[in-house]
Amino acid sequence: MASGILQSSAADLASLIASGDLSSVEVTQAHLDQIAAVDGDVHAFLAVDTDRALAAAARVDAKRASGETLSPLAGVPIAVKDLFCYEGLPTTAGSHILEGWVPPYNSTVVNRLLANDLVILGKTNLDEFAMGSSTETSYWGPTHNPWDLTRIPGGSGGGSSASLAAFEAPLAVGTDTGGSIRQPASVTGTVGVKPTYGGTSRYGVIAMASSLDQPGPCARSVLDAALLHQVMGGYDPMDSTSIHAPLPDVVGAARSGDVAGMRIGVVKELGGEGYAPGVEQRFGEAVELLTSLGAEVVEVSCPHFVHALATYYLIMPAEVSSNLARYDAMRYGLRVGDDGERSTEEVMNLTRGAGFGEEVKRRIILGTYALSSGYYDAYYGSAQKVRTLISRDFQAAFEQCDVLVSPSTPTTAFRLGERVDDPLAMYKADLCTIPSNLAGNASGSFPCGLAPEDGLPVGFQVMAPPMADDRVYRVGAALERALESRWGGPMLAQAPRLANSLVVSA
Amino acid sequence: MTDNWGDVLMDYDEVMDRFDPVIGLEVHVELNTASKMWCACSTEFGAPPNSQTCPVCLGLPGSLPVVNGLAVESAIRIGLALNCQVAEWCRFARKNYFYPDMPKDYQVSQYDEPICFDGHVDIEVEGEVFRVEIERVHMEEDAGKLLHVGGSTGRIHGADYSLLDYNRAGVPLMEVVTKPIRGTGAKAPQVGRAYMQFLRDTVRALGVSHARMEQGNLRCDANISLMPKGTDELGTRTETKNVNSLKSVEGALRFEMCRQGEILASGGRIKQETRMWHETGGYTTPGRSKEQAEDYRYFPEPDLVPIAPSREWVEELRATLPEPPAQRLKRLQTAWGFSDRELGDVRAIGALDLVDATVAAGCAPAAARKWWTGELSRRANEASVELEDVGVSPIQVASLQQLVDRGIVNDKLARQVIDGVIAGEGTPDEVVASRRLAVVSDDTALLLAIDAAIEADPGAAAKVRDGKVAAAGALIGAVMRQMKGTADAAKVRQLLLERLA
Repeated sequence: MASGILQSSAADLASLIASGDLSSVEVTQAHLDQIAAVDGDVHAFLAVDTDRALAAAARVDAKRASGETLSPLAGVPIAVKDLFCYEGLPTTAGSHILEGWVPPYNSTVVNRLLANDLVILGKTNLDEFAMGSSTETSYWGPTHNPWDLTRIPGGSGGGSSASLAAFEAPLAVGTDTGGSIRQPASVTGTVGVKPTYGGTSRYGVIAMASSLDQPGPCARSVLDAALLHQVMGGYDPMDSTSIHAPLPDVVGAARSGDVAGMRIGVVKELGGEGYAPGVEQRFGEAVELLTSLGAEVVEVSCPHFVHALATYYLIMPAEVSSNLARYDAMRYGLRVGDDGERSTEEVMNLTRGAGFGEEVKRRIILGTYALSSGYYDAYYGSAQKVRTLISRDFQAAFEQCDVLVSPSTPTTAFRLGERVDDPLAMYKADLCTIPSNLAGNASGSFPCGLAPEDGLPVGFQVMAPPMADDRVYRVGAALERALESRWGGPMLAQAPRLANSLVVSA
Repeated sequence: MTDNWGDVLMDYDEVMDRFDPVIGLEVHVELNTASKMWCACSTEFGAPPNSQTCPVCLGLPGSLPVVNGLAVESAIRIGLALNCQVAEWCRFARKNYFYPDMPKDYQVSQYDEPICFDGHVDIEVEGEVFRVEIERVHMEEDAGKLLHVGGSTGRIHGADYSLLDYNRAGVPLMEVVTKPIRGTGAKAPQVGRAYMQFLRDTVRALGVSHARMEQGNLRCDANISLMPKGTDELGTRTETKNVNSLKSVEGALRFEMCRQGEILASGGRIKQETRMWHETGGYTTPGRSKEQAEDYRYFPEPDLVPIAPSREWVEELRATLPEPPAQRLKRLQTAWGFSDRELGDVRAIGALDLVDATVAAGCAPAAARKWWTGELSRRANEASVELEDVGVSPIQVASLQQLVDRGIVNDKLARQVIDGVIAGEGTPDEVVASRRLAVVSDDTALLLAIDAAIEADPGAAAKVRDGKVAAAGALIGAVMRQMKGTADAAKVRQLLLERLA
């Protein structure tokens, strides 16, 4: 049995643990071993919490032995993006400025994982403060894409997506501000969902841009993502922007996968120039597949989506400039130049100069400018207006369609280093994902094949209205089922084997 | 005339001859909610440093604010009491600036969408009524406290190191801002003071703040500028901070008028700046220059949702407002039969509520007034405490007066009873019992003392016998001395006259 642990779905692992066919300790140890074997090459993890993971696993096993009812994902290991506060483990947000900071409290999501007996393996790599599309802005060095170690795993949540693709963890949690769950899922051939804004709690998640950030599930299958969504989501009184309503039935939708009669809109503006041929090809095939499953496909226009990137790059940096002000060396984290002579302001300046990377500084400067007196109306004010227009585009489109679809990102995984000196090229990786963040929609990315030209994963994005997250899973599940039967197994089975990997081929 | 800082000051009358003052007050009211603005931490004053903090009020990475509903309610009630409009929809905003006492390096406040706006109150000074227009009432959070150790100035520059206490960080604050107040003439400082007193009485009556200025529950920034007479162009204003008592409001405004008057008259120009009021010296010194306006980069706080108080709720709150202070004063003055001056004395020492409570406990209004404005006020001054903290409650004052009315103690003994109550020996009845303070009514002891007095001063006794009753005073005094004050003088007089009849 042990040989199949790493490739197993979280749902299967949970039922095997619940039935006693596998122990959580066994499952946890297998993943810790895989991390030890491959993470030197992949670098998905920033911290591995071996002792606490094994202790938590042993508690689950004891609970099972004593006949207690276990929660649906009890005993299943999970990786957590290093943006979620988890007491007792350093939380760095991928930044030098938080080096050594150990949060004294748990994020709500971590609390829910623990309350549901998931086993936290450790913290995964990300772009610094989640700012990037490649994990290359991490102070701790980039994560490598398990499909091709010379390529990016996406970002900012590249650590979480790579840990799934490298079979180091069956589940992971991420956050998505402009695509940080979906774009990594797309380029690593995994599943990632950004829930409706307010559908999951942001409490205890280090903020990048408050009005856009949203924690969400990362997995290798649609059902696994839905099960995790169910555990981590729902109203939290600690987050004022949390929605006080029951979660949509995401697990039911993922199990059903019935798209017959669904109206699916292909967004005209999210395709064409700048999109890789292989991406467009696989996306088109997936749309045809949905049609063949009984969905009604139409083309819709969302004219303001062309301004989404510009809008995002005013609103996001503005919030960043304020959210990141607190890293001032006064209370926690890095402190530079405190020689007893320098003033508070000098120490603040030196610390922020040394502690933040280039991309973070770029966005702080951009945001500070956008909010400045005399420029506010022209930049931040206008951006908010365009944001409203983008939301209206969605509303109009959702009057005709149940969901909208597009490629998740215009290209497959690019090479590490390829775009680091070209911020605009880097930003374009989020062209398709950003509109959903601006509007607060539910949106997910699902594997839809390998681009013929480079053999790398292509992601299919499904966007649904706020609080209709179930539709995202319904379409994702339909696609997964049809494609896996066409491929004869999961897409990740086609990924090259990593050196030292403990995964045993079926 | 110069002050001890070196500023040349114009004579106040001359200022009034040449200029019209325009004042404006920004008052921070610290609410008395049990928990902070965004988290469940206690707001209790005086706890050990940083003992009342959590990830939220320390601004730790990832923490998020949740609005204290009672603070919103208090803000609306303050606004209603100041005849303001209540916003149908408003948001919080972030005010961005770096300072170590602000854990997030931004203050969550309100910017262009205050919860209450466009109000007014009528302030009476010496029989003249001035309308003060209220610009806005908005909600925000307090900062922590910095203590600079070492260095000579007690300020951040030159300090060896600084200590930070975040217990106060996140305590709810309301800022009440007036529109420029014109037309007050020579009474400007008094209007400022009376407005401040009105605000203090109002928030106290609303029960939304402890309203203790010395503890910083009410903090006033006093703005003032001078317009040369005959013009209506606003002059450059200064903003004086650290104005933390009613007396200071008046003093700071008056000082700044004289300082600015002299500068303008000698052809100078006023620097737009923040100034600090020094209560002991009674002068202001320059603080931060405001000539280059700081850019706070306000934007709507994305971590909080907008506040939309329903009209039904606002009307419910309006219906439960306490009686407006002016109306209450009129009612109490009639009920108590006080002259304007008597009522003024009571208000001047902030004893209105105390007298009211004492009367409510059964004391005659005149007696209640006498205790609070006299003996108790004197003791509060001696101990340098607020009158309400003098150590005797209104109920205790009422029962003390009852002892006097029943002839159990006289005025002199009553003061000893107060000693006992303040010393924590219990209620006035208990103090009388334990200290054996009751007036002696055993005639035997008194008669013995009277006989002794007659024997000691036969001359006086003879005069009384001859009908010169005024001579009894010396004998009564001797008896009282003998009895160490425990005798009732009227009783002594009666017995003495009987003895010498």
